[in-house]
Amino acid sequence: MRDTFRSVRVEAVVLRHSDWGEADRLLTLYTRQLGKTRAIVKGARKITSRKAGHLEPFTQVRLQLARGRDLFIVTQADAIESYLPLREDLILTGHASYVIELLDRFTYEDEIENLTLFRLLTDTLSRLASKSDPWLALRYYEIRLLDNLGFRPKLFECANCGREIRPEDQFFSFSAGGVICPTCGKGLPNLSSISMETLKYLRHFQRSSYADASRARASLEARVEQGRSIRKEAESLMQGYFTYLLERELNTPGFLKQVRG
Amino acid sequence: MLLPEPIQKLINAFERLPGIGPKSASRLAFYLLRAPEDVAQDLSEALNGLKDKIAFCEECFNITEAGHPRCEVCENPKRDSAVICVVEEALDVLALERVGAYNGKYHVLHGVLSPIEGVGPDDIKIKPLIERVARGGVKEIILATNPSMEGDATALYLQQQLRPHKIQVTRLARGLPVGGDLEYADQNTLLRALSGRQEMS
Repeated sequence: MRDTFRSVRVEAVVLRHSDWGEADRLLTLYTRQLGKTRAIVKGARKITSRKAGHLEPFTQVRLQLARGRDLFIVTQADAIESYLPLREDLILTGHASYVIELLDRFTYEDEIENLTLFRLLTDTLSRLASKSDPWLALRYYEIRLLDNLGFRPKLFECANCGREIRPEDQFFSFSAGGVICPTCGKGLPNLSSISMETLKYLRHFQRSSYADASRARASLEARVEQGRSIRKEAESLMQGYFTYLLERELNTPGFLKQVRG
Repeated sequence: MLLPEPIQKLINAFERLPGIGPKSASRLAFYLLRAPEDVAQDLSEALNGLKDKIAFCEECFNITEAGHPRCEVCENPKRDSAVICVVEEALDVLALERVGAYNGKYHVLHGVLSPIEGVGPDDIKIKPLIERVARGGVKEIILATNPSMEGDATALYLQQQLRPHKIQVTRLARGLPVGGDLEYADQNTLLRALSGRQEMS
């Protein structure tokens, strides 16, 4: 704990909640001011709770936190944006949960402000809620998240020999954190392949704003068959990379697969 | 100081219960040590019977006494088996029964879908419900999962799964609670309370 203020006003997104004690809830929050933190909401499971409705997962909320003995206690809560569409469509709920799960797994409770990450989170949730192409919103989020957390994948030079990547199909190494050129790739174990087309999109996301990145949609939709395989390849590559980095399988992709049936 | 083994064992056992920390656990253990013999006796008998004498209803998965394949509600011929109310936990059945206004049957899911925790449709009792509906005779399913993100996700999934069966699927109404305060209501609740308003008669 950095200093000993008693009460603090923060803006936060509710990542997850679990039951606590008789009628309380324990929230995991991503705050604008303090990064990830946890807080108790007293009486949140009572039907007359004045705070519970403002503190559902995915909600962006203004909070007054008081420092309790070892956890924060929520004393006031006022929703800024509830992202309601995310709760009205099962697949969207799954996508939003994926966004939340990634952030939760990668961050620690360190009470350090990370404004870029907070913005990325709220922007991604509102992109999903406004029914923009979820593939775009999610891949862009993944690339930016990795950037911000210090896991930026090397997509322009070979992660092994450092030479510039030429426009041909390449390999991708999770352990080296980037693309491996075909020459180096021959002798190395545990590589995934990545097509030039998929790499082009990932590179585009890495260096563009979302407005520019979302223009990729038209070109993906123009080539129906190829577009679909690019989407699939990028998604499974990123998931493989996350599983490697987190040393654990993510929960939400499995959930989405089950729900889609 | 090292505690004698029997009491340390009891403290460890208490500590594994939800909401009980090391301090509460030792307080309970020492209370039982000092309390009259029959308090501890009753407790141990109750605990012993818990697992042996309780089973789950074959049809709705509500809790029932062992030896009875079906629970009291499912056995009751006066209850309408064309209406099934789907709830998360057996305690929710108790809450609804206390109201006394419901005359149909139940289905207890024993959990809710949670994408983040990785609880999928196969982890809770969804399949038995679909099978129950497929056997026919059901006209309406009332989805009474909690009004939370997880409860909503479960309701959406059930709605999707029940669609081919062409029965009426309803969700419990949502709005302002008794003793609540309009000023503190969240956007979601207010929106639904407004759209679900009723004419005064």
